[in-house]
Amino acid sequence: MVNEPGNGRGYLEERGWRSWAFTLDHKRIGAMYLWTTTVFFLIGGVFALLLRLELLSPQARYFGNHTYNVFFTLHGAMMIFLFIIPAIPSGLGNFFIPLHIGARDVAFPRLNLASYWVFAAGFLVIIGSLVAPMDTGWTFYTPYSAKSAAAVTTLSLGIFLIGMSSILTGLNFIVTIHKLRAPGMTWHRLPLFIWGMYSTSIIQVIATPVVGVTFLLLAAERIFGVGFFDPAKGGDPVLFQHFFWFYSHPVVYVMILPAMGIVSEVIPVFSRKPIFGYKAIAYSSVAIALGGFLVWGHHMFTSGMSPLANMIFSLMTFFVAVPTAVKVFNWTATLYRGSITFEAPMLYALTFIFLFIVGGLTGPFLGALATNVQLHDTYFVVAHFHYTMMGGTVMGFFAGLHYWFPKMTGKMLNEKVARIAWALIFVGFNVTFFTMFVVGVRGMPRRYAEYLPKFHTENVISTIGSAVLALGILVMCWNFLQGLRKGAPAPANPWRALSLEWRAASPPDVENFHEIPVVTDWPYGYGTPKA
Amino acid sequence: MDNVLAFGAASGQAGRVDALFVMIAAIGGFFFFLTQGMLIYFAVKYRRRLPDRDNETPAITGSPLLEFLWILIPSIVVVVIFYYGWRVYTDQRIPVAGATEVHVNARQWMYEIRYPDGRTAINEIRVPAGKPVKFILSAADVLHGFYLPDFRVKMDMIPGRVTTLWVQPDRPGSYQIFCTVYCGTGHSNMLAQLIVMPQREYAEWVEHGAREGGEAGGKEPLHERGERVVKGAGCLNCHAVDGKEKIAPNFRGLYGSKVPLDGGTSVTADEEYLRESIEDPGAKVVKGYPNVMPTFKTTLPRKDTDAVVEYLKTLK
Repeated sequence: MVNEPGNGRGYLEERGWRSWAFTLDHKRIGAMYLWTTTVFFLIGGVFALLLRLELLSPQARYFGNHTYNVFFTLHGAMMIFLFIIPAIPSGLGNFFIPLHIGARDVAFPRLNLASYWVFAAGFLVIIGSLVAPMDTGWTFYTPYSAKSAAAVTTLSLGIFLIGMSSILTGLNFIVTIHKLRAPGMTWHRLPLFIWGMYSTSIIQVIATPVVGVTFLLLAAERIFGVGFFDPAKGGDPVLFQHFFWFYSHPVVYVMILPAMGIVSEVIPVFSRKPIFGYKAIAYSSVAIALGGFLVWGHHMFTSGMSPLANMIFSLMTFFVAVPTAVKVFNWTATLYRGSITFEAPMLYALTFIFLFIVGGLTGPFLGALATNVQLHDTYFVVAHFHYTMMGGTVMGFFAGLHYWFPKMTGKMLNEKVARIAWALIFVGFNVTFFTMFVVGVRGMPRRYAEYLPKFHTENVISTIGSAVLALGILVMCWNFLQGLRKGAPAPANPWRALSLEWRAASPPDVENFHEIPVVTDWPYGYGTPKA
Repeated sequence: MDNVLAFGAASGQAGRVDALFVMIAAIGGFFFFLTQGMLIYFAVKYRRRLPDRDNETPAITGSPLLEFLWILIPSIVVVVIFYYGWRVYTDQRIPVAGATEVHVNARQWMYEIRYPDGRTAINEIRVPAGKPVKFILSAADVLHGFYLPDFRVKMDMIPGRVTTLWVQPDRPGSYQIFCTVYCGTGHSNMLAQLIVMPQREYAEWVEHGAREGGEAGGKEPLHERGERVVKGAGCLNCHAVDGKEKIAPNFRGLYGSKVPLDGGTSVTADEEYLRESIEDPGAKVVKGYPNVMPTFKTTLPRKDTDAVVEYLKTLK
């Protein structure tokens, strides 16, 4: 039943660009996504640093207003569409779903390769749109985006392609999880990462077509002058917001659910304890995925929607918070009476919980109608969003990268450097973004190239924090590169974990497993039953 | 002015929003210390001490009672917060009868103010203290926002629709208005003031000052009046008088210069050209600049236009 690791041919052995460009191996496709998305993460980060640089002074000093607006648009669009949506699902998901469920590949390997190349076409088109860089914000609100002279049509075509890739990947994963589970791998023996990925895939398949169609309508308005969103022609600019958020709210769960899945994997392994409340964590992922479709209006409480609609969206929003809280309680309870070690994956997983609690508890300020009306479109929202998405998803992504680095590369990371990077990131992140809560409550609107002098102090502190954060991420990247080049050889199962991917070699063979494993138990059987 | 919440509430309504804020912060703070406390306490207390303890960790897989409780309790808490937030919001949205009405029309990048009696202004709204005010909001070009942080309220301004916002300004003073919906290059310069005046002063201002377009009498030199108009009408959101160029051509040195136009021709910036550019900005657009300036034909009295031209002549 147990495979002898290292008997076959490692997936990295074949050389040459063709072996990558035409590969049908889910691990190689996953690796290509990881490289691509990480590059865009770094580019998006550079834009963020440029924004923080400009905000050092209340007056536009370095770039001027228009350039600042282009920078925050590119920061948002790249981080959202080219990094945070595809990074975990398409990158780590591709790599680990088959390994987790004991399969040799995804259900449709050719479709999987096609998804990557559609994604690549998408980001090439997006890069092409930089000839007339867009300044509409990543939200594309009409009528500004319909009138703007920038390459809005090109950029939205790029995002259309990215969305298509996302749909195909989601479809592939759903079929894979349904049909290719190893013998004995029942639904309740699935690793929680798979539950997170399954829920994410459902959202991708259902929600992404809506944003695709929305961008087509926007293109029709820009090219043919059809007035879907133009009040002068009987259209409605707010309709665009409904379409946009009908996708873009559920998509925050595309971003967070896989990260929650990673945390649910890492916490038990490093606590040497079974996960607490498996079914609650699994079903809460599905509940979040479905409930997430009913709350898009909470982005629009000040858009002139009727007070009744606002009331319903507010109530629904609060109910989506409950399954999220359940997960946090379950993770914390998993630590209880464990035997906890603090290697880098665990540090990032605990950081995820810590920061996500802050992000989660600042949510009710925005979900409650009266405080939303005060805080909407201020830096409070920026802070809340970054605590959940950067403090949450990105920390979960980092946890996953450190956790699975030995499996993906066959090399171990330098633990000491990893901890230094973690400390810098933790401190830098909080200095950067907690300050934004303060300045938001004091009334500073977002997307301001220039601001009133009374907000100066907070902005300087935040910029200093962003430099520390950037330094931490550089150290982390350096550690990854060093690990790739000269890391110590990794054993098949360095963390003594029980899920199936650790039964494959490090790095896994092309075929993943010599024989498809037969599953007899869930993957969290740590601890001793009678202790 | 700054109090615990970083700025003073300017009305009773704002005070209620602050109370809600404090309530959510208190509940959030409780759960913050509870969850973070447990997280850190467990992480420290149950850190691995001896390797063989790995085999002694209990195989706890869940607790139906605990899990039921931590579904039930957060559900109750969020319903309470929701209800309170909704009530405060609902009271905000219902206008009180007899409110003073002010029409505000937003365009890139200024607020045009129109009072029911025909008075107009730009980027400056004057209202009497102690009486409810209803803002009737619209937008001419793209989405804009109308945010009064001291009153804890905002509302989007939408082309083709009318939205409303109601406040009860109790204390005289000058309050900041921000545009909060991204509207293009000049977004962060789209600022205005709400000036709440004691009722008697307000009545006096309506009687004497308003129609002349300002506080000062008629004796000020024309170019000084022009400077005041330029500052008050939002011209400087786009035009700089010195230093770095903004969205539109720089004012300094403009008068008398030869201006290249869209289409290849050029024109000398004399009095007539400047007047025409204020009243009909699309007629001769300077090469390399977007044609986004609105007309001021109806918003500036002719006397003010002349004063602006005189002021521009002084910027050498």
